[in-house]
Amino acid sequence: MIKLEGRARRFGDNVNTDYIITSTRKRETIDEQVLKQWLLETVDPAFAASVREGDIIVAGQNFGCGSAMEVAVTVILAAGIRAVIAQSFSRTFFRNAINNGLIPAQCDTSRIEEGDSLAVQLVGAELTVSDFNKELTLSGPPISGVILDILELGGLVPYMKAHRRLIPMKQ
Amino acid sequence: MSARTISEKILSAKAGREVHAGEIAICNVDQVLGTDASSPMAIDYFEKMGGERLFDPSRVLFAFDHYSPPGSGKTAAFHDRVREFARHYGAEVCDVGEGISFQLLAEHGGALPGSLVIGADSHTVTIGALNLFATGVGSSDIAAAMITGQVWMRVPQSIKVTLTGTRTAYLSPKDVALELVRTIGPEGANYSVLEFHGSAISAFTLEERMVISNLAVEMDAKAAIFPSDAATSEYLAGRKVGLDAPVRADMNARYVREITLDLSRLSPRVALPHQPDNVVPIEQAVGTPVQMVFLGTCTGGRVRDFHEALAALNRAGGRLAAGVQLVLTPASREVADAIRDDGTLEKFEALGAIVTEVGCGACCGTSGVVPADGMNVLSTANRNFKARMGNASASIYLASPAACGASAATGRITDPRAERAAR
Ligand code: SF4
Repeated sequence: MIKLEGRARRFGDNVNTDYIITSTRKRETIDEQVLKQWLLETVDPAFAASVREGDIIVAGQNFGCGSAMEVAVTVILAAGIRAVIAQSFSRTFFRNAINNGLIPAQCDTSRIEEGDSLAVQLVGAELTVSDFNKELTLSGPPISGVILDILELGGLVPYMKAHRRLIPMKQ
Repeated sequence: MSARTISEKILSAKAGREVHAGEIAICNVDQVLGTDASSPMAIDYFEKMGGERLFDPSRVLFAFDHYSPPGSGKTAAFHDRVREFARHYGAEVCDVGEGISFQLLAEHGGALPGSLVIGADSHTVTIGALNLFATGVGSSDIAAAMITGQVWMRVPQSIKVTLTGTRTAYLSPKDVALELVRTIGPEGANYSVLEFHGSAISAFTLEERMVISNLAVEMDAKAAIFPSDAATSEYLAGRKVGLDAPVRADMNARYVREITLDLSRLSPRVALPHQPDNVVPIEQAVGTPVQMVFLGTCTGGRVRDFHEALAALNRAGGRLAAGVQLVLTPASREVADAIRDDGTLEKFEALGAIVTEVGCGACCGTSGVVPADGMNVLSTANRNFKARMGNASASIYLASPAACGASAATGRITDPRAERAAR
């Protein structure tokens, strides 16, 4: 079981990985602790400085589209953000999020606003998002199988350390 | 056994059991690709995972394409790290100037029909043109795959794309791809695979099919797979290393969506800034001034692309318009050698084109020419996001090599079908 609480930071549709962190920054370093000062600068130059530990990114459709570069996920984590809630995710971003223990919560985000206080819960395969300002409880498609195992262990590194290989789930 | 798509067949074979769309499978991979942008991080993951050896060094390939050549000590250090890792574990490195990762895998004959390829580059989907399941993943996935030879996969649904009709003169595979991006939208193929069908497929060479598969990522497709036919065998002849196992879809396989595109009625297309799906018929963009024309990338950096661009440039006057910078970057050394041998490169140089080192070039602003503030760039690439080429105040338009060539001669977005553009 995973439970997180935090403040909503609102973005729109099609936030691509180049917008999350641009290639020209990544060219200089892949150290996420350095890169986090430029998180999402192309979309909102003031964002990185305003991020607080525990903030939750809330977006529209197709979050993380474009390049498969994984720093887009590690930079978000380095900024203290542990979950992204979006209407939908690009598949490479979804994979990278799971593999690094960032929760990609898919649900209807249309009523969530900047600053709302949120909770994200993963109980077994069941995912729920609560918005306390709107008194909303939202649910998304379940997260199951090896994906859930990886997420619960905190990513593919701890998973590989524990198992040495990928283990097919009993279906 | 129920009817299956190409994707379901390949992933079933790699999972060692019959799997269907929606299931999560652990699959054995045939080939793992890393680039200089993604591999340094993959090596970090490999070490953190406690990796001690590669599952099969002959199935791991690293290519230095994004920083070709490295523009700083930092990027040169990325290269050194990967070289050192590859030397230690026995994997192959394609160094600076050799080409773009998945392009090299295809040229080296390692992209075989029926196989499963994962690459830490979203455009790995390009080589699905060779009737295989090729998909982009992140660095952690290739790290785990380098150790185990495995990857986790959610078995995707497939979208059936049928190409019909007759291909008209100056209709580029890029126009077909852009029209599909417009129709399907930036996430319309999310968690799905495009599987191509139809009589018009045979009108496209293997390299041209790669252009169509390449842009599937701009619809968020997981893969984009063509059937295997005579063109596939011809491409593989003299290249292939290993056995191919061509895969066809079953007659009544299930598709999540079916799209038919009639080529007879398709005209050239342009993607306007700053989204690849912001696609219009070229007539709506004609006349827009351009200050830089970029011919290159894993979309438009192959032999035929340069031939078409040069022919169109010549038809439109045969000189670079004043104030236009023409930048040319071949996708691989094989391409560069071919256009050098046939004299194409020399003609571009005589026109005043800037010819850069083989690789990704200016595509994502990591090596190559960066546009100035306020510049309009017309490019054969696949992405026109803001800041993509390294300057957030430039605007990038995407079109076919022919449209790019014609526009380089006029200084304005020009329809390549116009016989001789008015200047
Ligand atoms: S040419 Fe551009 S899109 Fe293709 S692999 Fe290189 S950076 Fe990516």
